[in-house]
Formats: sequence, C-alpha cells, structure tokens
Amino acid sequence: MKSSRFDATVLTLGFAFLYIPIIILVVYSFNASKLVTVWGGFSLQWYKTMWSNQGLMDAAWVTARVGVISATLGTVLGTLAALSLVRFTRFPGRMLFSGMIYAPLVMPEVITGLSLLLLFVAVGIDRGFWTVIIAHTTFTMCYVAIVVQSRLLTFDRSLEEAALDLGCPPVKTFFKITLPLIFPAVIAGWMLAFTLSLDDLVIASFATGPGATTLPIKIYSQVRLGVTPEINAICTILIGLVTIGVIIASISTKQAEMRRIRDEHAAIRGTT
Amino acid sequence: MAKSLGPVKRKFSPWTDPSAVPFIRFENITKRFGTFTAVDNLTLDIYEREFFSLLGPSGCGKTTLMRMLAGFEEPTEGRILLQGKDISGVPPYRRPTNMMFQSYALFPHMTVEKNIAFGLEQDNLPKGEIATRVEEMLKLVKLEQFAKRKPNQLSGGQRQRVALARSLAKRPKVLLLDEPLGALDKKLREETQFELMDLQTKLGLTFLIVTHDQEEAMTVSDRIAVMDKGLIMQVATPAEIYEAPNSRYVADFIGDINILEGTVAETGSALGAPGTVRIDCDGIAVSVEQECQAVKADKVAFAVRPEKVRISPDQPSNTSVNAVYGEVWDIGYLGDFSVFLVKLADGRVVRAAQANVSRLVDRPITFGDMVWLTWPLDAGLVLTR
Repeated sequence: MKSSRFDATVLTLGFAFLYIPIIILVVYSFNASKLVTVWGGFSLQWYKTMWSNQGLMDAAWVTARVGVISATLGTVLGTLAALSLVRFTRFPGRMLFSGMIYAPLVMPEVITGLSLLLLFVAVGIDRGFWTVIIAHTTFTMCYVAIVVQSRLLTFDRSLEEAALDLGCPPVKTFFKITLPLIFPAVIAGWMLAFTLSLDDLVIASFATGPGATTLPIKIYSQVRLGVTPEINAICTILIGLVTIGVIIASISTKQAEMRRIRDEHAAIRGTT
Repeated sequence: MAKSLGPVKRKFSPWTDPSAVPFIRFENITKRFGTFTAVDNLTLDIYEREFFSLLGPSGCGKTTLMRMLAGFEEPTEGRILLQGKDISGVPPYRRPTNMMFQSYALFPHMTVEKNIAFGLEQDNLPKGEIATRVEEMLKLVKLEQFAKRKPNQLSGGQRQRVALARSLAKRPKVLLLDEPLGALDKKLREETQFELMDLQTKLGLTFLIVTHDQEEAMTVSDRIAVMDKGLIMQVATPAEIYEAPNSRYVADFIGDINILEGTVAETGSALGAPGTVRIDCDGIAVSVEQECQAVKADKVAFAVRPEKVRISPDQPSNTSVNAVYGEVWDIGYLGDFSVFLVKLADGRVVRAAQANVSRLVDRPITFGDMVWLTWPLDAGLVLTR
C-alpha cells in the first residue's frame, strides 16, 4: 500500500509544520533553566512566578475584560447587522452593504488600527480601555454578522409568520422564536469574537493608551527585551484555554447532531 | 373498528341565496410584486362555515391571496372585508384568522404541548384554561400521549396534526390551510382529508384551503375557485366544476378530458331542436345538448370526459348518438379503470375510460383493434372560452 504510506507521510509533515513551534513553546514553559533555549530539567517555577508578575496579571485582566465586553457588544451589533442584511432584501444599495460587511475581514489590520487611531484623535477621545473596546467591537462584529447571517439564510421564515399569526407581536416573536433558534450561531459568534479580541495585537496597539495594556501587547513588548520562560508559561495557559474551548464546542455540536439523528430515527419508526 | 360517521351532511349552499351576507369578501384585489402581477383585480365572496378551495398551478396567485387574508401581504389595490369590516392595515397578530403552514412551521424548540399553547398564551388566558384547551386540542387530533415530545420526534403525519391543533386552538373565525396535506403519502392524505371535513363540520368554522391537488380540492370543498395567472377562472361546486367547466382552461385543469377544437355548424333554432348545438371539429360532426351563447361559425371547443365515452367493437345501431371510429393505440390499466387511447383516421387521439366491472371479458379490446367510440348528446360540452 504505497499510497497510504505517502498519505501518512504528508499528514505527519503537515501536522509537524503546524504544531512543532507550539510544542516547543509548551515544553520550554516547564524548563527549569532561565535560558529559553537551554533545557535545564523539568520545573513548574515559571507558572509560580508568573502569578506574582503584576504587569502580566494586569494585562491578562484587561484582556479578559476587553474580550468579554467587546465580544458582547460585537455580538449584539453583528446579530442586528445580519438580521437587517438577510431580512430587508429590497433596499437600495443592499449588495454594497452586504459586500462591505466582509471588507474588514480582508482589510489589513494595520489599516483598521490606523484609521481607528485617526478617528479617536480627530474626535478627541483619550485612548485607553474603552477605545480598545470600541476598536475590537468594530472588527469583531463583522465576524459575528457573517456567522449569524449564514444561520439566518437557512432559517424558515414561516416560523416567525406562524408566531405572528398566533397573535405574537414582532419584537416578542424575535425573542421567543428567532433568538432561541439562532442562539447556537450567536454563541459561536461570541466565542469567535472573544478569541479574536483575545489574540489581537495590531489593532489594540493602535487603539490603546496608558493603563490599558492587553496581554498580547505586554507579551510582545516583553519579547523585545528577551523571551522569558514566564511568557512561555502564560502562552501555554492560553493555548490550554483555547483548546478546552474548542473541544467543548465540538463535543456539544457532535452531541446535538447525534441527538437530532436519534430523534429522526424515532420519528421514522413512527412510535405510535 | 366501526366508526360513527355522524349525521348525514346537510345541504349547504348559501352562495345561491341572494340575501346571504358573505363572511369574507375580496373586493377588486390586485397585488403586484414589482412588475409582476400576482393577483389581478379579483373579487370573491366566501360564506360562513364554507369549506372553500383555491385551486391552481403554482404561481397562479392562490397563496398570495391567502397570505393577504392572513395579513402577511397587503393588497396593492382593493380591500378585504371580514364580516363586513375592512381589515386592511390590521397586522397579522391582530387578525381573527389562523393559518396552517405548508411546512407546518412547528416551533422546534418547544414541545407539542407548548406549540399548541403558544397562541393561547399570547391572549393572556389563565393558565388553567390554557391547559384545558390544549388537552382538548390534543384529544381532537388524537395526540394525547405525545404532549411532551418535540416536533422532530414525531412522524410527518403527527406533525401535520400538531400544526392543525395549533392553528385551531385559538378558535379562529377562519382557518387558512396552505397545501396542508402536500407532505403526506397518498393513503394518509386521503384519510386526513376526511378528518378535515369532519372537523370543519364539527367545529362549524370557515376553512379556506390552498392547493394544487385537484383531487384534494374536489374531495373536501363546498366550492372551488380555479385560478390562473392571478385571475379566477371559475367558482363553483366540485360537481359543477367537473361537469360544467366554463372554459378550456378549467376543463383541462380538472380531471381528464378530450378537447376537440371546432366551429359551430348549426345552432338549435336552425336545427329545429332548441338547446342543441352541432359542431364541426375538422371533419367530425358532433351534437351537444347545451344552452349556449355561441352562434354559427364561432370558434369553439368540444369537450367530453373519457368516462362518458363508450368503447365497442360494434358499430352503434342508435343514430342519435355521436360516434367516431378508430384504432386502439394504447391501453392504460389503472385497476379500477382502463383508459383506451384511440387514434382516429386523421391522427387525433380520443380517450375512453371503461370501468373494469368484471374480471374477465369475453371479447377483450386490445391493441390494434378497430373500435367505435360513442357518447350521448348530453355527455359533451361546448366551451366558448
């Protein structure tokens, strides 16, 4: 079986290419030596000293708050944008608008960051915590809009019509019917927005000001002074968090899928 | 299990009573989507307790008409009166109509019980009353043991019944049914048709059903409106639509029919037999007993249903019937009926249907046989439109 050996080789090389840098980072976070490139035995000391590094911890806290607030705002705005783009199919310039929602995705982050910086300066807002949030909300809402939009495209409008027909006013219909049904997509959008906010360096560094240093900015500035094993440790924790998140998300979608299949089988059997 | 069929259906024909007030009135309704006219200056009356069908091919405007009554679309021109009141501008959630959707539109995140209760909860009825009504509805559609199931745990037929229960729970003045049985298989569909008729009589509601299935419309309705391209072609009872279609379109749309184009050769008065028309269909002369407005040389069509055409190998002795001669070209065996396609000398094909009353026939008619097709004077129709 020549071809299967070829497949295995390609697969191994591909995964190696993707994951070896990360594995090195994780391994060296358990390094006893202070020198990042020299293995000095296993140790958890950097995980301990990391906690007492006040600068790093502050940055982590800022990042978490920015992530939660901007992801939430981005999700609300992105969901509304998706709704109007999918629902109002006949307003002038709709094509332009729906195309424009994709623009920030392909726009170089430097340009997004710079234009936001110019805006903040022009309007005269002091840069800091809230400007980072505004910046992150701006770019994450596009991602949310796209995730929610794709769900809404397959949404059966007659469900909403049925609710209206049964006497439920439009706004209530949104909260009782539409939102519960698109909620998985909204949550997925929120997770995406949160992750994007968590690891954004470029836009945050343009929008930030004193007292609002996010973790990526902190890490980047520390790396310039030399990589410390502490950085490796906190990065390992970040990787761990993201991995757990992805695993939970995929398990829950898998379970939902299996439940759906089971239900369908039960329905086919008739079970009268 | 013996099933009580209830009282014999009463004769019901308020549309023949000039003093009857229509329950629903579509008055000069036009609906345009951009440049497309879905419904074209249409006027239609529907009476209380009527089971009324809108029948037509897809795109004929029947669904648009129903959606305007439900309030999902506003007419471009004209108005809709419900019990004499103009309901234009009333949003769907304030209209006393309920709809059963083609896709059923059951809320997938709610149980059967919750689905049925949804409409009642919007009216802020007391909890106890909602529970009683839901139970009543579940019993009506025989789904008591499925109350706690989610819609995706039900079969197609069960979902259809939940949708019906949900739309009936609010006791609407008018129940709108959009292709309600389209997703069911034939056997279940026929069963459900009779259940629907039964329910409608029992509850005394007005039903408006949209369908493209003529058999369904014929079975359930008191009256049918046959639609085409936004216009109503004919409004009549199923029997009238079938036996006396007013146009080639309706004749062709409902059931199977032979249509021969021709011209009026002689009308009754000239023949000395008032009420009779003689038509020349490109060499075939047919006579029809029918009062009609056509005069000599008018272009008309002659139509006759296949089951009214008798097929026989022998030449008819009775000269007062219409007869044509041809070759059996194809036979369709349908079980209860056999359809014979007979090719005339000039290549035209006339169909004759014969009930298979006995299992064995002495002289079965088969492919290539030369046969006579006959039908009495009152079997055919003259179509002027």
